[in-house]
Amino acid sequence: MSELWDDGTDQEFDHPDVVLQPHGPMLLRGATSVQDATGTVHAVTRPVVALCRCEKSSRLPWCDGTHKVIPRG
Amino acid sequence: MRMPKPRGPLSEWTVARLAATASDHELGPAPSAGSWEDETITLWTLHELSYRGFEDAADRAEWDPEALAVRQTLEIALEERLRDRWAGADVSPADVRPADVPKALERVVAEDDGPSLADHVRRHATLDEVLELLRQRSIYHLKESDSSAWVVPRLPVRAKAALMELQYDEYGDGDPNRLHSHLFARGLVAVGLRSEYGAYVDDALPETLEMNNASSMFGLQRRLRGAAMGHLAAFEMTSSLPSRKMVQGLSRLGLDGAMTAYYDEHVEADAIHEHLAARDICGTLAEDEPDQASEIIFGAFACLDLEARFATAVLAAWDRA
Repeated sequence: MSELWDDGTDQEFDHPDVVLQPHGPMLLRGATSVQDATGTVHAVTRPVVALCRCEKSSRLPWCDGTHKVIPRG
Repeated sequence: MRMPKPRGPLSEWTVARLAATASDHELGPAPSAGSWEDETITLWTLHELSYRGFEDAADRAEWDPEALAVRQTLEIALEERLRDRWAGADVSPADVRPADVPKALERVVAEDDGPSLADHVRRHATLDEVLELLRQRSIYHLKESDSSAWVVPRLPVRAKAALMELQYDEYGDGDPNRLHSHLFARGLVAVGLRSEYGAYVDDALPETLEMNNASSMFGLQRRLRGAAMGHLAAFEMTSSLPSRKMVQGLSRLGLDGAMTAYYDEHVEADAIHEHLAARDICGTLAEDEPDQASEIIFGAFACLDLEARFATAVLAAWDRA
C-alpha cells in the first residue's frame, strides 16, 4: 500500500507498461523487441512504441495513424 | 547565424539595438512597426536570442531592457490576435472540463478544415514548390521541440514526466544522430538545401514567422504553459498521417534519402507522441491545474489556425505563379 501525503492524497501514480488507447493503438513501454504477426522480430529503440490494433497500418507492427481515417463501426 | 535582414523601421531599430554595445544611447526609442511583417521578423529576432542567438548580436542583448520592452509589446499584440480569432471561431469550448481535455483536443483537430500542404505535396507539388516548403519549414524544424523544452520546469509531476518521455524521443533517445532537428538538417543537405541553423530566415514568410513566434512565446512564458502543451498536442495529433503523405510526395519527386527518412521517422514517432501529448501531458495537466484546461484548447486552436494561415498563403503564392 502506498503512503499518503499530508493532504491525504495518494502520491503513487499509475504508470502502466501497456496502455490501450480508445479507438487507437496499444502503447508499450520498456520493450526491447516486438515480434509481428508474420513472425518477424523488430528491435525497439524508443522508450514507448505504439502497436497497431486496427491492422490497417502501412508499417506493421507499428501504428501509423491510419485508424483515424477508418470509419468507426 | 547572423541577424536577419530588417523588413521595416522596427526590425531595423532592433537589429541595430542588439548589435549595439557602446553606442546604444544614440539610437533613440523604438519606432512603431511599419507592417505586420516588420513585427513578425522583429519578434522572431528577439526570441532567437533565447535559443542559439546571433554571432553579430551582443551576448547580453537577450536581457536588454529596451529589447525586452519591444518583445513584450509584440507578444501582447500576437496573443491578442490569437485570442480574438479563438473567440471568433466556434470550435473550442472555452469552459471545457478538465476530464474532457483529451476528447476536446480530438474534436478541435477533427474540426480543423485548413488546407493540407501534405496532400498537395503527395499528389501535385513541383520540385521547386517542395524545396520552397522545406525552406519555410526549416525555420521550425531546425529547432524542433526546443520551445516545448522550456515548459518542463513549469509543469506538475505527471505532466512533467510525460513531457520528458516525449521529448526524450524528440531529442533522439540519447543518440545525436536521431535528434529530430538533426535529421531534418541532414535531410536539407540531401535535397541540396542549406542546413545551417537559420539559413532561410530572410526567405521566411510572415506567416512562417508568426507560427514560430507563437510557439516561442508559449514556451517562454510560464503563464502560457497550458497553451504551449495544447499547441504541442495539436502539432503531434496532425503530424503522423501528413508525414506519410510527405514521404509519398518526396518519393514521387525522386527525393529519396535523408529527407524522406525525416518524415518517415515522424509517421511512427508522432503516432506515439500524439497519445502522450493529449492524455499524459495535457490530460493530467488539466486535472492538476483545472484553470489550464481552456488554455490547452486555446493553444491547440492557435497551432491549427496558424498552420492553416501558412498553408493558405503558400498555396495562394503557388497558384499565382
